[in-house]
Amino acid sequence: MHARTVLIAVAVGLLLGGCSPIEPWVKPYEREHFADPIMSFNRNPVSDVYLEHVLESREGSRGATGGVGGGCGCN
Amino acid sequence: MSLQRHTRTLLALCLCVTPALAGVLPDDRADVLYHRYQGGGITIQGPSVLVQKKVTDNLAVNYNFYQDYITSASIDVKLSASQYKEQRTQHSGGFQYLHGKSTYSAGIINSNEPDYKSNTSYYSVSQDMFGDLTTVTMTYKRGWDKVYRDIKDPATGRIVNDPRFGNTGLTGADIPFRDADHRGYSVGASQILTRNLIASFNYEVLTDQGYLASPYRKIRYLSPGAGKGFTLADQVYPNTRTSNAAAIEAKYYLWYRAAVTAQYRYFSDTWGIRGHTAEIGYTHPAWKSWIFDGTFRFYTQNAASFYSDLFPRANAQNFEARDRELAAFNSFTIGVGASYDFPIPRNRWINKSSLNFRLDHLLIDYKDFRNALLTGTAPGFTAGNEPLYKLNATIFQAFVSVWF
Repeated sequence: MHARTVLIAVAVGLLLGGCSPIEPWVKPYEREHFADPIMSFNRNPVSDVYLEHVLESREGSRGATGGVGGGCGCN
Repeated sequence: MSLQRHTRTLLALCLCVTPALAGVLPDDRADVLYHRYQGGGITIQGPSVLVQKKVTDNLAVNYNFYQDYITSASIDVKLSASQYKEQRTQHSGGFQYLHGKSTYSAGIINSNEPDYKSNTSYYSVSQDMFGDLTTVTMTYKRGWDKVYRDIKDPATGRIVNDPRFGNTGLTGADIPFRDADHRGYSVGASQILTRNLIASFNYEVLTDQGYLASPYRKIRYLSPGAGKGFTLADQVYPNTRTSNAAAIEAKYYLWYRAAVTAQYRYFSDTWGIRGHTAEIGYTHPAWKSWIFDGTFRFYTQNAASFYSDLFPRANAQNFEARDRELAAFNSFTIGVGASYDFPIPRNRWINKSSLNFRLDHLLIDYKDFRNALLTGTAPGFTAGNEPLYKLNATIFQAFVSVWF
């Protein structure tokens, strides 16, 4: 009985916690590295898409390789 | 092969769909690239030009012009067709509209070559959330292709589209093409995990319906005592295909200003193919104006359920394919690149410019695709016992980028 009470209390706590806004744990002023071009997933788009096309057109796999953002058909 | 051609079209989406962080439109930039692929008897080269431009604070447009000049004497061509040259031209255009923390993107892609026409449209929405640490993107795309088969006109000797390629019966008006339709659905998310680490996840479902085979490539089946011991016949593909792919990628900023990248993708489809892709990369700036890149990519897949290098007899099964893209193989790609930022003096409208080179070497080691050109050329090289085929290719790119 005691264990059940604790479990319910924990569950209710977690649910209520979901109502509070999530605090960004990496502050905007701590994100300067992501502004560096070397951290871009797609630094040279015209080159990246060409190379991806060359490789994938010789393979059976396709899709999900467009880096962030989805949508790169990449058949 | 049709699937490969469809690939080329859809890949253009990479140029157009939302960048890593939504809520930010892409930089104004233009790229002019020369590309050259050489290997396995094929040379493909040509230009690609990409322009991205913000027209208002909230709206950016992009346009890409891409061409392939193809000269092919590949192992497939030598076995069942004749050497050919052709040209493919692709235009793609799109826009990105920023509204608050959302980015809406849409565009169209048109690809044209003598025996393959393709049109694709795509629609995408991205949303920043959780203090802009997370970006979620959803995309839908739709493609309509027309597949033709080139033949030599017996009267003139010229290469023309087979006027009855699309005819399914013996009678009726001529139909020179067959249709292939495509749909794609994807959802992705990028996540800033620490001040030095960003990761992304992407899941995509693609479905195809229509004529999905190559009209030129052939299967071969055993025919002891006849010719080289095998006979060629047309491929028979299923009319539908659905695939699932899930990829995860992470990028880490090193303390001395360099970056490492790791990526993995799992793939499966209704044709029985399972694929694994793993890639690592390293980016290193040096001497103020240089950035060097190095990558290594490994890929492996098993064969499609209806693939065989050599079928035991004619019409051995309902679906039959010998496209080597459907064979089992391992693939290794190693690449290096260099970028040099150079100033353009006395120019007020260009903020930055760079000259870039990249060289990749691709090796594909087939596990069940044999070199049928070697049948009978040496003792023991009987049908089904030829050496396994290997593809070595060099991929070169040179491009100039300007930001304005």
